Amino acid sequence: MIRFDHVTKRYAGGHEGVSEICLEVDAGELVFLTGHSGAGKTTLLKLLALIERPTRGQVLLNGRNVGRLPERAIPEHRRSLGMVFQDHKLLPDRSIFENVSLPLIIAGLGRREIARRVRAALDQVGLLNRESARPDALSTGEQQRVGIARAVVGRPRLLIADEPTGNLDPDLSLEIMMLFRRLNGVGVTMLIATHDLALVEQLGGRQVILDGGRVSSEQD
Amino acid sequence: MRLWLTRHVQNCLAAMGRLVHKPAGSLLTIAVIGIALALPAGLNVLVRNGEALAGGWESARDFSVYLKPGEELAQAAALAKSLSANGNVDDVEIISAEAALAELQQAGSFEGALTGLDNNPLPHTLVVRPRADAPANELAELARELGTNASVDQVRLDTEWVERLNAILEFVRRGIWLAAGLLALAVVVIVGNTIRLDIENRRAEIEVAKLLGATDAFVRRPFLYTGFWYGLGGGLFALGVVLLGLTILGGPVTRLSALYGTSFQLQGLAGSGALTVLGGGLVAGLTGAWFAVAQHLTAIQPKI
Repeated sequence: MIRFDHVTKRYAGGHEGVSEICLEVDAGELVFLTGHSGAGKTTLLKLLALIERPTRGQVLLNGRNVGRLPERAIPEHRRSLGMVFQDHKLLPDRSIFENVSLPLIIAGLGRREIARRVRAALDQVGLLNRESARPDALSTGEQQRVGIARAVVGRPRLLIADEPTGNLDPDLSLEIMMLFRRLNGVGVTMLIATHDLALVEQLGGRQVILDGGRVSSEQD
Repeated sequence: MRLWLTRHVQNCLAAMGRLVHKPAGSLLTIAVIGIALALPAGLNVLVRNGEALAGGWESARDFSVYLKPGEELAQAAALAKSLSANGNVDDVEIISAEAALAELQQAGSFEGALTGLDNNPLPHTLVVRPRADAPANELAELARELGTNASVDQVRLDTEWVERLNAILEFVRRGIWLAAGLLALAVVVIVGNTIRLDIENRRAEIEVAKLLGATDAFVRRPFLYTGFWYGLGGGLFALGVVLLGLTILGGPVTRLSALYGTSFQLQGLAGSGALTVLGGGLVAGLTGAWFAVAQHLTAIQPKI
């Protein structure tokens, strides 16, 4: 599904986020990207979300070279992904329901369909009863679950998460990871960047360890 | 298609909702826009009234021909007859020296002075009323010719001040267009700056929307609607200001014109004028919003 083919991203100033990286992820896989900060985890995800473009090499998604997509095709490409962020990026002045419905409003769905899907997504993360609350009224763990609901509400085939448990204590982190695992069970391909090695060991699964912008080793 | 329309209506109402949500700031902006629009609109109304006033006087382009003292009344009658034959002349009235004196005596205040006189110092006079469509230059030529007539002492052409007034009005009208242009530019800048701040305040929201795959059009739309409402609100405010001004000035103007024995009514903004103000406000509002959006939205790119 995803193939990084000798991809290099050089930032202005000469620093390389990833160097000649090669990586393949099959549909339906759950892959943890680990490594120190600066190892290239976030750069890899940015290249997938087209927040950055590769300097060299190809980023293929379902056989399509997304690195070469024209500017105007970016919105559609991003709508086909689900993204989860470390700081969850919820809008503080909107209710949970409104936050989760944003991708569907952007996609131009009808109101009834939006309500149905948002409630289904909130139900999946166990927050159906909090739909009218503001993000501030929720705990950090709950906020991240709202972020995940927003990422899956558009039914993406691929979900990418950048340090989704970075702000959470171990118990909540495990809870979030279990949630990812469950979503992966229904067929969503997942690429999760984290530096929490202990948690990854505990969960098991494919682990890609990055170092200095390259894949240093892999574990299954 | 229906969904598209629904979304536009939602955006439109949401933009209004945001303005209503912070009334103080919105009203202030709308008031500034309204005043900027009201200035040229109000001046335009004044000029239109000036034109109406000048138009009412323009038909009264009569001119007086004073004969030399001592000329016979018959001479005046002969001159009047030849003038009546002129194609530009509608009517000629002869005011004999005696009639003029009698009128003067009736007017009163000169009585003492007049009774002391041995003989009538006044000349016979012709009052020439030109046709309404007589060209001004031909009238001037006629007056000049009359001036060279041996029995004529002096010709008084009273149209000069009307022409001067018209020239002044034309000058003022140009000035208003200039002012309107500058003020419209000011409205564009005001709306542009307000929307720029609005964009800055909603930066997080824009970033998230772009991360979730929002198109530029999607992100742009609410701000354009905000500009639309600012423009419309400003236009309505301007109309209100002009109406208020007309109401305040209407009474005194009617009284003043009654004192002059005329029935001049202050003219308001016609329907087309009101539409111009509203349309101008809308165009300026949307233009300002467009500039702000074009400049700042593309600069906001999401980061993770």
